[in-house]
Amino acid sequence: MKRIVIHEEYCIGCRLCEVHCLVQHSESRDIIKAYKVERQSGGGLMPRLLFEESGPISFALQCRQCEEPSCLEACISGAMHRDPKTGAIICDESRCVGCWMCIMVCPAGAIQQSQTLHKIASKCDLCYGAEMPACVANCPNEALTYEEV
Amino acid sequence: MKIIIIGNSATAVGAVESIRLYDQSAEILVITKESSLIYSRPMLSHYLAGQIDQTRVAYRDPDFYCRFDVQVITDDAVTEIDLAARTVTAESGMTQSYDKLLISTGGVPIVPPMPGVDAEGVYTFTELSDADGILDRVQREKPVQNAVVVGGGMIGIKAVDALQQRGVSVTMLELAPRILSAAFDQTASDMVSDILRRSGVTVLTNDTVAKIHTVDGAIGEVTLRSGETIPCDLLVFGIGVRPNSVLAKSAGLEVNRGVVVDSFMRSSDPYVYAAGDVAEAYDLVVDMNRTVAIWPNAYRQGAIAGAHMVGVERPDEGGIAMNTIEADGVAAMAIGDANMEDSGQADLQFLSELDERAHRYRRLVIRDGRLVGAILVGDVNRAGIYTGLIRSKVPVNDCCKTLLSPHFGLLSLPEHYRKHVVTGEGIEI
Repeated sequence: MKRIVIHEEYCIGCRLCEVHCLVQHSESRDIIKAYKVERQSGGGLMPRLLFEESGPISFALQCRQCEEPSCLEACISGAMHRDPKTGAIICDESRCVGCWMCIMVCPAGAIQQSQTLHKIASKCDLCYGAEMPACVANCPNEALTYEEV
Repeated sequence: MKIIIIGNSATAVGAVESIRLYDQSAEILVITKESSLIYSRPMLSHYLAGQIDQTRVAYRDPDFYCRFDVQVITDDAVTEIDLAARTVTAESGMTQSYDKLLISTGGVPIVPPMPGVDAEGVYTFTELSDADGILDRVQREKPVQNAVVVGGGMIGIKAVDALQQRGVSVTMLELAPRILSAAFDQTASDMVSDILRRSGVTVLTNDTVAKIHTVDGAIGEVTLRSGETIPCDLLVFGIGVRPNSVLAKSAGLEVNRGVVVDSFMRSSDPYVYAAGDVAEAYDLVVDMNRTVAIWPNAYRQGAIAGAHMVGVERPDEGGIAMNTIEADGVAAMAIGDANMEDSGQADLQFLSELDERAHRYRRLVIRDGRLVGAILVGDVNRAGIYTGLIRSKVPVNDCCKTLLSPHFGLLSLPEHYRKHVVTGEGIEI
């Protein structure tokens, strides 16, 4: 399956990945509405990636799509599963109860708490089987690539 | 090839999903004493709390057995294993032969012997039928007034928090001087205790139930070891579980506390495996085999056993004791070996940061330069990075200062380890 590869040496910290991830997961798919309305509404809209920066080094971190995912082993609700079509590890948010077991075991720390009315674990879904995830497609200098690995 | 799995929880699912990754033709038979099909035990507290309905307690979709071509026999307990004949016999009299057998009989809830323990209104809290029974009492016309939960560990807290969310007045009893003493240090215990007390729970330590008083067969009062008698119309034993290893023992398998297994979950008989709460598997933090009754270990060990049964070697690197709880909306986690007090041990280093007003606490324990335990209260974000450090045993001497920084992340870690986590295979540590 294809995975997102991080090239931290090319990342300039522009955070466009974060912006486009958020827009991609918004209802409106509109940058202004996503930021000004949806993000503020308490609906839990947030980027599915984590941006890390320290001094000159920065990178965007998404779920690593592990071969043997610890989150899948640890999930008590059955929400965390491997999508049969895309092979991506997906959290079925309608089943998740927010017990945070996945957060406790993910070695990359790539899963976040989403505090909506219904607490859920929020993670990268590779943009639901899109040809190219939004973060990769919008990275201006190929610090993120989408490759068969 | 015929595989029999005794028990129908996380371990069984782990085994089935793993077997089918490699083998489509093996016949798989699951035998369970329970009536319900696969459900998640850790979800029971969420169900009891009213956060989810019973359909969501299901751990897999209803088509699970069909999709993975698994035959299931419910309501029948295996009573005997004949290692020489390679057969199992159940309560109903049914005898089935196997080529490979997986014992995943889980744990038995601990109930201290005392007068009145069989009274109506006394429960343990590990099975769906327990949750349904408790729920029935909580929701009946004359609902529960005073619930008592025995056990201030993880199961006890989950029961307390769920009952509290149902609006039931709860008293929690813990025999040790503090709650959560098996996993948490004093500070974290005190924080969770305070949160529970402020939310209305009566937390009593150094105490337990000594006697149950009944009225017409139902529980009415309990006398505590300290001498006091308090009203109680619902009693839940949430002390913990011991391995359900009777079956394995009587079959003649090597059993200590749990069934002794190797890194492929093989028991002392080459055709019989054991995994989950019943197994005594390798714990990589304490560097020895022991029973650790937690969901992730059960699933993973089941998957390892399943693979090996169909000829695929995926040796277990070992488990770690870990758990997460929530008290009145505040999350708390304990990972690895983190509860010991700082008494100047030469090989141990303790790092901690406490913000009492924000209910935020983190504590890390480093042994010989490697992380062995973490406790998090309040903010649990990125906790898994600590778990990864514990599992990989990478030296953390050089990054000690950043491990508790507010911006803690992968960039706080040594470059080589960070690249290993980010890139995975290819960059070994």
